[in-house]
Amino acid sequence: MAATLPASSSMRDADPSQAQVQPSGRPPERRRTAPLGDAVFSFLAHAAAWITLLALVGIIGSLLVGAGPAIQKFGLGFLWHSEWDPVQDVYGGLVMIIGTLATSVIALVIAVPVSFGIAVFLTELSPAWLKRPLGVAIELLAAVPSIVYGMWGLMVFGPILAKWVQGPLQQVFGKLPVLGTLFSGPPVGLGILPAGIILAIMVIPFIASVMRDVFEVTPPMLKESAYGLGSTTWEVVSRVVLPYTKIGVVGGVMLGLGRALGETMAVTFIIGNGNSLDGLSLFQPANSITSVLANEFAEAGEGMHQSALIYLGLVLFFITFLVLAASRLLLARLQRSEGARS
Amino acid sequence: MSTSQPGVAAAAATERPSLGLSADKMAKHLARKRQNRIALTLAVAAMAFGVFWLLWILFETVRQGAGGLSLQLFTQSTPPANATDGGLANAIFGSLVMVAMATLVGTPIGLFAGIYLAEYGRKTVLGSVTRFINDILLSAPSILIGLFVYALLVARMKTFSGWAGSVALSLIVIPVVIRTTENMLNLVPNALREAAYALGTPKWKVISAITLKAARSGVITGVLLALARVSGETAPLLFTALSNQFMSTDMGKPMASLPVTIASFAMSPYQNWQQLAWAGVFLITLGVLSLNIAARVFFRNKQ
Repeated sequence: MAATLPASSSMRDADPSQAQVQPSGRPPERRRTAPLGDAVFSFLAHAAAWITLLALVGIIGSLLVGAGPAIQKFGLGFLWHSEWDPVQDVYGGLVMIIGTLATSVIALVIAVPVSFGIAVFLTELSPAWLKRPLGVAIELLAAVPSIVYGMWGLMVFGPILAKWVQGPLQQVFGKLPVLGTLFSGPPVGLGILPAGIILAIMVIPFIASVMRDVFEVTPPMLKESAYGLGSTTWEVVSRVVLPYTKIGVVGGVMLGLGRALGETMAVTFIIGNGNSLDGLSLFQPANSITSVLANEFAEAGEGMHQSALIYLGLVLFFITFLVLAASRLLLARLQRSEGARS
Repeated sequence: MSTSQPGVAAAAATERPSLGLSADKMAKHLARKRQNRIALTLAVAAMAFGVFWLLWILFETVRQGAGGLSLQLFTQSTPPANATDGGLANAIFGSLVMVAMATLVGTPIGLFAGIYLAEYGRKTVLGSVTRFINDILLSAPSILIGLFVYALLVARMKTFSGWAGSVALSLIVIPVVIRTTENMLNLVPNALREAAYALGTPKWKVISAITLKAARSGVITGVLLALARVSGETAPLLFTALSNQFMSTDMGKPMASLPVTIASFAMSPYQNWQQLAWAGVFLITLGVLSLNIAARVFFRNKQ
């Protein structure tokens, strides 16, 4: 019998117990209903995933198409020309690009050390009963809508900043050559510096929660070993936790940067909406890509003005895409190496 | 500050005798302790700094906004400048309608895409690309979504509309729901799936009746968080739904929303508009924060 069968099934059939109980006939029919439900469900799941991809493709596509006329007319020179003149129909995005980058850099300079401190407090110092409420408080700071930050910044924070910070800064540094220029301009609580400070408050929760999460993946064994050798808490954080999680920390900072670059309403309220670029003053009313879009797009009407605004949107998309992609890849790398080490 | 932490405890006891160490070793020991104390004090200060802003913003919102609360806020539409009455009824209504539509449209798509990522495409190319793109959409500038919907709908239909606003908001709901759905489904133990398959359950039934059910509270939390997120979004509505001075139930026309109304009233020089803007800020903060807290409480109770 074995000789007549193909080689693959000969092993099983050689087993005497199997040969005795040959099944009679074919196995029962498979249910025919299940595959239909499966097919529908699987189709829906796949379609939904494709919609997400198409949304991104659509965003890129619509920006490219909308910006087309401006790209053709101004080319890459758009990026380093600063005239923005709807009357003459001449546009250059330098002022807004600088405004976006400058506010985001100020935000990070303030937010990164503070977020680091918060993450250290939450993971190493906080008594257990305070950990949760404080963690939630920081997350709620992220949930407050940006319009609320804008309103608060314009009506409450700006005037206080003008009176107690900008004025004194001018009095102390106003006469000095470099710092004097930096702090010149009207101290009215509007401009790049106030916008940067508000942005810092807004991105602190994002950076702090990523840092807290990555600090918590540090194996307790490593930390306990360092404590056992007599390290202080600060030494454990700076020489064990931070080196172990540095990729994730950078990823968190990038995430915060991505948020800061694209933040719209709060910046629009506080940056002052000035299109000039005279001097390096941080108090001068300025503009960012998002604020000029929010202010001018609805009124621009079709034509070169609108196209130039979409070109700015494309630039913003390009920058944030790179920053967020870098953040994502860094955080993914931390997760992978974590898996490899454990 | 807690004294149960080893570092803090050591730092607190500086007056301890010299442990039989030589003078320079003792100096180094003290320097390390001092450095530790400075660093930890700064960490506490950073924490206080973070909480301080939250409290200050909440305090100002309540102080300036709670006074403007009245019945006519919910019954009358936005007034002309310098009028003595008027409310935010049209803006509140518009916000509710557009947020509800966005959630109704965005939730199923996000849910199914999350199911795809967790149950079908865990290791496939489409799965990893979608996951990556979704993480970017999650933090992408929301004003760009407004630009996209403007090109997609407003420019074609030649009018700003409530529909366009809903579509823009739903594009923000989707990534949030995908993220939480996938995370929650990934937490469901594989043994549960295998047990169901072993009983001959078809895949769609395993997902809908077993894994999705096990992950239900997490998924609902995600939807609530998405709801909270879009309720406060202003930027994507600026050039999709625009705004409307009057009460409008026609989704094909420009539609007022709370955030956009706040934005335009806050930047105006008129006292009564600014007062209404503060009342709106109070309402929106109250709504968004209570949704957030509700989501957390709900999730914790179900766990």
